[in-house]
Amino acid sequence: MDETPNTLPRQSATFTNEINSEIRRAAATGIYDIRGGGAKRRVPHFDDLLFLGASISRYPLEGYRETCDTSVTLGTRFASKPIKLDIPVTIAGMSFGALSGPAKEALGRGATLSGTSTTTGDGGMTEEERGHSKMLVYQYLPSRYGMNPDDLRRADAIEIVVGQGAKPGGGGMLLGQKISDRVAEMRNLPKGIDQRSACRHPDWTGPDDLEIKILELREITNWEKPIYIKIGGARPYFDTTLAIKAGADVVVLDGMQGGTAATQDVFIEHVGQPTLACIRPAVQALQDLGMHRKVQLVVSGGIRHGADVAKALALGADAVAIGTAALVALGDNDPRWEDEYQKLGTTTGAYDDWHEGRDPAGITTQDPELAARFDPIAGGRRLANYLKVMTLEAQTIARACGKNHLHNLEPEDLCALTLEASAMTGVPLTGTNWVPGQGGF
Amino acid sequence: MQTFDLAEQGLRALNQTLHAQTGDTNQTVWEVVNAKGSHAIAVGLDAPIEVRVKGSTGYYCGGMNKQATVHIHGSAGPGVGENMMSGTIIVEGDASQYAGATGRGGLLVIKGNASSRCGISMKGIDIVVHGSIGHMSAFMAQSGNLVVLGDAGDALGDSLYEARLFVRGSVKSLGADCVKKEMRTEHLEILADLLERSGADAKPEEFTRYGSARQLYNFNIDNASAY
Repeated sequence: MDETPNTLPRQSATFTNEINSEIRRAAATGIYDIRGGGAKRRVPHFDDLLFLGASISRYPLEGYRETCDTSVTLGTRFASKPIKLDIPVTIAGMSFGALSGPAKEALGRGATLSGTSTTTGDGGMTEEERGHSKMLVYQYLPSRYGMNPDDLRRADAIEIVVGQGAKPGGGGMLLGQKISDRVAEMRNLPKGIDQRSACRHPDWTGPDDLEIKILELREITNWEKPIYIKIGGARPYFDTTLAIKAGADVVVLDGMQGGTAATQDVFIEHVGQPTLACIRPAVQALQDLGMHRKVQLVVSGGIRHGADVAKALALGADAVAIGTAALVALGDNDPRWEDEYQKLGTTTGAYDDWHEGRDPAGITTQDPELAARFDPIAGGRRLANYLKVMTLEAQTIARACGKNHLHNLEPEDLCALTLEASAMTGVPLTGTNWVPGQGGF
Repeated sequence: MQTFDLAEQGLRALNQTLHAQTGDTNQTVWEVVNAKGSHAIAVGLDAPIEVRVKGSTGYYCGGMNKQATVHIHGSAGPGVGENMMSGTIIVEGDASQYAGATGRGGLLVIKGNASSRCGISMKGIDIVVHGSIGHMSAFMAQSGNLVVLGDAGDALGDSLYEARLFVRGSVKSLGADCVKKEMRTEHLEILADLLERSGADAKPEEFTRYGSARQLYNFNIDNASAY
């Protein structure tokens, strides 16, 4: 007798194994999941755009003979000493505390070799970083950990952090296990306690106050330093508008794929907008105020290779910033540490418990033994190599579009693969001249 | 004494002039007239000079001060002495919000009252307020001393770290993790010194000390309602 065929066990698309595992973890611990990194969910991204390349109506530049400039100057609006970068890829702010001293040194080394800038983070400026960074952007954060006028003056630019893409509207927490003697001293706090970073600045609220805060910082630094304002991808049109109104030289716009050292997973995955969705409104704000290319726009959050750089610039950005990708270039989530990732209950590529300070790669830790695994000279070299490749890739694309400067890339060089990407960016859907929401449809 | 007319010469010239003073300057006393509530007066100073500001100031007067004495003969706008590193700032009148915010050192004396968030996130500064202070003062205060001869508003010392708070009058309410603490000899000595240096007419024994209960130092889900 034939057996009755069984229906295959059916997994829920709503209650996936991953979701259920989180429910079980929450039920067992009573605390939300904290992790590092940015949004891991699939969101519309630069992959949903393509370059058209040259044709009869556009002619390309010869890849090995005709130049394609990659330089960019940031801070041309008010600062008497703008930053001149050789490449439009900068290193985003990451704190000493979240990262080890040698890791910060490597970021400085790699950026300097590449003619670009690196950025401090929510822990003040370290000697390793200043010493090895030709151009260093000093973050001015709500916590003001380590803030002092001497470091302000020896910075090359100041970045007022209003928000970040991983957690627009959120503060931070550096867990006690990463609070070494040195981190504690820099932050004026006892060793071993969880250090909370406020979500709002302590001495200003709103754009009118911010304008006065910028005045103060400019007065302290003799109007020399470019002043950036970093915003998370919340309301990019209005936030960019207000940042310009407040007097920013540069707007740094960080989408939800941008990483953090530690925040609730629910925050990272459910608050903020994808990077791709943020660029067009920000560029529109700059254009509406006649400030496009006068106030520079730096875009971050999920930049991985030269194509992403080229696409961000084609949409109107002046430069991009990388954080997560830079850490991967240094050696974060490298397969060589797979055995140790397994012991931590994770695997290569998925390791994101940066806040716990047990990073096998020795990058997101303050443990001296783990940190000693990381060679800042070799790490800096890897970062420089990676930045060089990104730049070459972006140049390759720009030349194919007939551009002799990366900034000459424009939305007309692009098409969108999806309706969503088309609607978000204002770039026509591939094979059509149609943009959802435009032309009455 | 040098006199600087802010209305005539402008803010940029004022701060440039004051920044140009070094430790061996002979021009040690400066008078700023026509302050008229201007912002960012005498910010980022780094020399042992005295700046006497005639009139009230806007935001951030004396911000990030090092070494200098800034004497405001009027009231001060928001953020007076923010992130000051050392030196002395004296406000003859009242101070608006965030007085001494994130201050890391030096002495801030407010002879009138201070508004809300006085000493927010202070990191080593000493603040003496002869009058009363508003709500949420010493929020997330990390270190240093806040002395209040009058009363304190709601949620004093919320999420406090290791700063010491001394209040002579009443406290409307304490913030999360802020508790009344024993006044020991060492605290009386600190108070006596600060009261003397700030010209305050009060006795250390009249004050109550408040500090951190240290219950929120490491995250515990059972404390979630306190955060």
